[in-house]
Amino acid sequence: MRSATLTRNIGHAFGENRLTLVAVAILVLLLVCAAFGQYLAPYNPLMTDGAAKMQPPGVAHLFGTDSLGRDILSRVIVAARLDLGMAISAVALSFVAGLALGAVAGYFGGWTDRIIGRVMDTIMAFPLFVLAMGIVAALGNSVLNIIIATMIINLPFYCRFARGEVNVRREMGYVEAARMGGNRALPVLANHIIPNILPPMMVQASLNMGWAILNAAGLSFIGLGVRPPTPEWGILVSEGASYIISGEWWTFVFPGAALVLAVFCFNLLGDGLRDLLDPQRRI
Amino acid sequence: MVAFIWKRLLGTISSLIGVIVVTFLLSRALPGDPAAYYAGPAANAESIAQVRKQLGLDRSLPVQFVSYLGDLARGDLGNSLTTGQPVATDLIQRLPASLELTFYALAFAVVVAIPMGVWEATKPDSLIDHICRGSVSVAAAFPTFFVGLLLVYIFYFLLNVAPPPVGRLNEILYTAPARITGAYTLDALLEGNVGVFRAALAQLVLPAISLGLFALAPIARITRAAMLQALGSDFTRTARAGGLPRGKILLTYAFRNALLPVSNVLGMVFSFLLGSNVLIEQVFGWQGIGAYVVSAVLASDYAAVQGFVLMMAVLYVLLNLMVDLLATIIDPRVRFEA
Repeated sequence: MRSATLTRNIGHAFGENRLTLVAVAILVLLLVCAAFGQYLAPYNPLMTDGAAKMQPPGVAHLFGTDSLGRDILSRVIVAARLDLGMAISAVALSFVAGLALGAVAGYFGGWTDRIIGRVMDTIMAFPLFVLAMGIVAALGNSVLNIIIATMIINLPFYCRFARGEVNVRREMGYVEAARMGGNRALPVLANHIIPNILPPMMVQASLNMGWAILNAAGLSFIGLGVRPPTPEWGILVSEGASYIISGEWWTFVFPGAALVLAVFCFNLLGDGLRDLLDPQRRI
Repeated sequence: MVAFIWKRLLGTISSLIGVIVVTFLLSRALPGDPAAYYAGPAANAESIAQVRKQLGLDRSLPVQFVSYLGDLARGDLGNSLTTGQPVATDLIQRLPASLELTFYALAFAVVVAIPMGVWEATKPDSLIDHICRGSVSVAAAFPTFFVGLLLVYIFYFLLNVAPPPVGRLNEILYTAPARITGAYTLDALLEGNVGVFRAALAQLVLPAISLGLFALAPIARITRAAMLQALGSDFTRTARAGGLPRGKILLTYAFRNALLPVSNVLGMVFSFLLGSNVLIEQVFGWQGIGAYVVSAVLASDYAAVQGFVLMMAVLYVLLNLMVDLLATIIDPRVRFEA
């Protein structure tokens, strides 16, 4: 019975919105590139070729080559791992930390709630990208610190969301019952409340992924974190940017398009997931 | 009303305190020893100790924080290593360029997105509605810096209708107007120099559109939703039943009620605009604080970066305060909610 409903729900989410299916296909493509990029890439992404500099897209190089003769298709494919890796780890970290902090704040209330809320408000008092830049500048210019910065600026969204959801459920009958049964606060939270707020949190995470990708790519675009010659979409766009004036469009268009595709995919997935998990908001 | 404004001001002050504490902590989280960093590569143990003393880094954190507050009160953000000037002077010098760009981007987003949202709400689920929503969602997936580059490629390189992306004014052809407000378009008008005004405006078009494009999605979405709600409400039905003209129902009754949710989303839009400024200035060679901070970050010019972060945060907090105060004027309900 339960699985029949689930199948119907999935059917509904995909049937109503074919775009979700497209998004899943793009996601698979991106994940395959991230996992097996170095085997799929036709060339070594770091290999320079003096004889094939600035080739426009053609048979030998589908996406053309850059100023050092490196194959742009290979660089775009291999970059998927770093870009998705940074975004996924940042989102996963904010998810876990935000859930924990928000659940504690929402369940215990009082001073815990006030202090955590105060800290989140302070993060939100900054324009988020500016704060991320400040954090990377202060902690040091590395990929790990880009992930930390992206995690910190996303934290308030998860924390506030979890706090609100836990707060609503705290006084509900089944939670009361679990408490009456002699469970302490943490088991009640972990076994009875958190499993119920995970689905809506997942929707948040999925909608948040696109923004995390944009943020990490933006930081590398201005030269933070990832160093050349490492292929990363933001850095590839910024390397290609210098050749716009002379019309070598392929140097920046393909990596940029990869970014757009990834962000679009996660935005669509988030919408699809919301339709799937939250039937009330199907309009 | 006075009580509400008072409460909101207190909230702003506590945000500002939070911002100052975080900026202070960021400036003390430098990798390695800040004193060794400021002393330069040729320093020995003795000169590092001297710099530490000079910077007050040998004192306890609370004492350092108090002296940091003192510096801030005097408007002293330290000196930039790259330009050799006080950071505050550098930032104030460049701020108008960034504010001008942000203003035009916001104007573009509001002028396009609000009518779009209103229009969609009058024809929900029509083809137009779907096209608008679809294109706005696609636009939201484009990184601002990529949009900027695409626009330069299309409108400057291919079509040659836009001026080259060389910053605020093509200095070979025009001289910058005398600094009155620092905003070129405004200064040129004050000077009565139409040629420079048009040239400065032409330079602004592409960066402002690239920056404003991402803000279209949230504004259009919330306008549509708020308008749909207002148009479906009892007071709209009553107004319609009373035979009021359509335009009056739409603008006076529905739109004014829809403005509150729209003003709420502006906070997010400002956060985005102030942050992405940095990226867009990089693309268009704009001589604003964004370009300044990028070179500062890359040169590890910490004082400049901290000053920039602080200034942007203060600006953002004040903008949010302004939006909230405007909201109380637009919609009296806010005053009673608080």
